[in-house]
Amino acid sequence: MDDTPQDKAATRRTFLTSVGGLIGSFAVAPIVTVRSATATPASMAAAIGEVVGEALVRQGKVKLELPPLAENGNTVSLTVSVESPMTEAEHVKSIHIFNEKNPQPNVTTFYLGPRAGRARVSTRIRLADSQKVVAIARLSDDSFWSDSVDVMVTLAACLEDLR
Amino acid sequence: MARALINVPRKAQRGEVIEIKTLVAHAMETGYRRDNVGNPIPRDIIRQFLCTYNGVEVFRADLFPAIAANPFLSFFTVATESGTLGFQWIDDHGNTQTASTSIEVE
Repeated sequence: MDDTPQDKAATRRTFLTSVGGLIGSFAVAPIVTVRSATATPASMAAAIGEVVGEALVRQGKVKLELPPLAENGNTVSLTVSVESPMTEAEHVKSIHIFNEKNPQPNVTTFYLGPRAGRARVSTRIRLADSQKVVAIARLSDDSFWSDSVDVMVTLAACLEDLR
Repeated sequence: MARALINVPRKAQRGEVIEIKTLVAHAMETGYRRDNVGNPIPRDIIRQFLCTYNGVEVFRADLFPAIAANPFLSFFTVATESGTLGFQWIDDHGNTQTASTSIEVE
């Protein structure tokens, strides 16, 4: 019999090594295999960087509402709201929405002001894959606040058309 | 461009926060799709939406291909005075679709 404990240990060791290698290659993959056709977490970070620059983005104040499970990626309802009194002294200047797996990292940008009265906007978006959607709000004191939601997409928007 | 649907309350109290809902008929063609013979379908996207209240900008949005066809937008504004709310959608080809509605503020 070759099914000795030593052999089992060897198998487990080789298995763990190969799994470790696999995980390692996944961790490296986003940097190595950036496809120009689709947005990646890295290109989303770049798009966010263009908006916020060096500023600190904090969690909170912003509430991004998306269904956790979207049956049709062609129209996914999105509502974003920001806690703000919306006065001349303290209001939301803009709200930026980003995604990480559509062909482009930008989804939309809303520009508001004290005349908005309430910082709450709804629209419908397209999602090409199950992914994270991020909302970043810029307040009148130039501070940035964000919220993110993970959405599962059953039927992806324009998936067959991307290749 | 085709037609637009606007939903704004006809009457409002002064200082009341009112909700504005807009929907415009537009394919929002992403430019990433191909037709049945494999030719790319040219991009046609509404890039910007603008809402003015008696000529003053109260809401603006930059749209990207990730916005669904027939863009729907719902947002709020403070009813300050009676007058007109103007809406404008500008697409890739520079075509502008406009709509307006009046509001009575008591």
